[in-house]
Amino acid sequence: MRQLAEAATTPLVPADFLDLFAPLRAGADLRGRIEQVRAETKDAATLVIRPGADWAGHVPGQYLRIGIDVDGVRQWRAYSLTHGPRPDRRIAITVKAVPDGLVSHHLVHRTRPGTLVHLEQAAGEFVLPPSGGKFLFVTAGSGITPVIGMLRNLFPSTDEGVLRPTRSAAYDVVVIHVAPSRPGSIFIRDLEALERAGAITLVPRYDDVHGVLDVDELPALVPDLAERRTFACGPAGLLDALQEFHDGKGLELFTEQFRTSRVEPGDGGTVAFTDGRTIDADGATPILDAAEAAGVLMPSGCRMGICYGCVLPLAEGSVRDLRNGQVTTAVPGESGAIKVQTCINAAAGPCHLDHH
Amino acid sequence: MTVIQKKTDHPIAHLTPEDIEQIGIELDAIRQEIVDSRGASDAAYIRRVIKTQRGIELGSRAVLLFSVFPPAWVLGTAGLSIAKILDNMEIGHNILHGQWDWMRDPKIHSTTWEWDHATPAEQWKHSHNEMHHNYTNVIGKDNDLGYGIMRVDEDQTWQPMHLGQPIWNFLNACFFEYGIAAYDLELRGAIARGRTKDPKFRADAKKVVAKIRRQASKDYLVHPLLSLPTGSFLSTLAANFTANIVRNIWAHSVIMCGHFPEGVETFEKRSIEGETKGEWYVRQMLGSANISGSKGMHIMTGNLSHQIEHHLFPDLPSNRYGEIAPKVQALFEKYDLAYCARPLIPQVYSAWHKVVRLSLPNHWLETTNAKNLPRQLTALQAMVTGTPKQRRGMQLALGREAKRLREAKRLREAA
Repeated sequence: MRQLAEAATTPLVPADFLDLFAPLRAGADLRGRIEQVRAETKDAATLVIRPGADWAGHVPGQYLRIGIDVDGVRQWRAYSLTHGPRPDRRIAITVKAVPDGLVSHHLVHRTRPGTLVHLEQAAGEFVLPPSGGKFLFVTAGSGITPVIGMLRNLFPSTDEGVLRPTRSAAYDVVVIHVAPSRPGSIFIRDLEALERAGAITLVPRYDDVHGVLDVDELPALVPDLAERRTFACGPAGLLDALQEFHDGKGLELFTEQFRTSRVEPGDGGTVAFTDGRTIDADGATPILDAAEAAGVLMPSGCRMGICYGCVLPLAEGSVRDLRNGQVTTAVPGESGAIKVQTCINAAAGPCHLDHH
Repeated sequence: MTVIQKKTDHPIAHLTPEDIEQIGIELDAIRQEIVDSRGASDAAYIRRVIKTQRGIELGSRAVLLFSVFPPAWVLGTAGLSIAKILDNMEIGHNILHGQWDWMRDPKIHSTTWEWDHATPAEQWKHSHNEMHHNYTNVIGKDNDLGYGIMRVDEDQTWQPMHLGQPIWNFLNACFFEYGIAAYDLELRGAIARGRTKDPKFRADAKKVVAKIRRQASKDYLVHPLLSLPTGSFLSTLAANFTANIVRNIWAHSVIMCGHFPEGVETFEKRSIEGETKGEWYVRQMLGSANISGSKGMHIMTGNLSHQIEHHLFPDLPSNRYGEIAPKVQALFEKYDLAYCARPLIPQVYSAWHKVVRLSLPNHWLETTNAKNLPRQLTALQAMVTGTPKQRRGMQLALGREAKRLREAKRLREAA
């Protein structure tokens, strides 16, 4: 039957036709439809998504990669799931529009319900042990998103207020939440409601009230710090400081960070290939020429940017189009590999090409 | 048509190297404008075209399940023809050019797309994107000039087999996809040079055979079998065959219009040594011809009706060619160059006229009249049966005779 359908639709596949009618069906590439866009603060919003039938579920604290077309270009980003598994099978992510954030701005301000997005299954090790215990969460800014997913799952919020089911009795949670100020803080009302219900101990730290958090203050803020396992999510600087602090004290720390330190495109750089070979390429020479000069066998064609015979996946790093200066950057785990023309792109910093 | 460099009224002789460089700069700017502004509406366009094509194909194939009923046959065949034309022209050709790679959609990408055509996308991309678009209209380099079976330029040497080229061209039109597959495989050259045992050739040939087998079983076995319950096996087979022929003739006609009409220039091999980007642009400008017409016409030709714009910027999204055409045309006017554009029928006629005219040796027609016809036919026969050397001699004689006639006519008119 399947062979017959394939023979009847070649060179397409049956899915190409089925996708016209049922993009969320079982067996399709994993997609989701945005059903609701809810503002959380003036620059953050929660997107409720109905995932395709093959969505395998998630554990609170995990993230998912979402692919959305921004100005016609498919962009992939990772966001924490901000709910536990829900009875209606919907999933939610909360996005904060970061400065210069092409995708986050689009998701927060320009996305309309009904938009079809591309998904990957939930992933990530940033999850609570099922046995319970004593925990400290340190979250900064949108670093609250994976944690709110865990907390909402432990202590569901209902019309009657926050519930404290018996399955959650074994969890003793302190949350240090760092933000520039209270009004711009995502989920702050949720955190405060959890605190009022006695579900968690909240230690808010607002830069405009308390000053910037110094990790050495931790023992003062959390007296039983030594008994707790710390889960932290936030910018690289904070996580590095926490790592150093915990290493020094011999304490356990689990961290989650999405936005890898921003890639600043440079001028020329090393180009690494999948088989481990590395070449040096300057910022004015097409990668194709530099690689060939170094003895790498490369696919090639017109050598002037018109035939697309030289296209290779850029797994990581930045390249610059020598015709107009346009920079293309690939970030693993975020954008994924991006196919680029090697005959008109030069290295703009270290980069890695999937080619051997 | 004669290579541009041999013409007495050389159409680019008036351009200085600075002019040519400036043309390049202005064209780069036109390209950049589109690159900067392409976005969500362009992406929506190609997705809409793909969706429409799939809808039409699905609907037509469903109707053809009942093709034994004549109205269903007509409707289904017409729909399928349109679906196949859209697949090859506006969708396949343009995606395989990388026009939509910027969307980073793995399903609509030059490296993953496959089309409803006998030739595998991979092989076509090489012969078309790499060879034809690079060496456009360079005699001896661009095999698209007559596909190696026809003479479409005075500067291609006449051979006896060219006498049959109106017939070859018609057959090539009917079975164009197979012609293209053989051409992409460089089948003729491989046989002529005894390279058919070459491992790369064999691997490529295997891919072509596999593709043709899949294509043929779909159209001539699977869908007819699906129509069997209504007794429509043969009528569906005939419908699919007809749709393939319609698509082939249409594609062939559009593509003939791109480079064969009168007024399109060709170039010498030597002329592209050390060619600058500006010179490359000028060659593309003069080596292509447009078809004027409605929006529907442009879509059905895959916007190859904007062949000039396509050859200047092969990787810009096809839906934007119409927008830049006036700017490109203004540039032609500014630099006093001929923008070759005619409606479909005159353009097809012009291309066919050339195929017929050049099936005969140069100057044979103009030196022939009712009185000397028997003698001219004998001379033609001698050229067919003669050795290449003898042919060259006779060709020179024809040239001298034509020159003498022109001179005599000029004197008569002067008197």
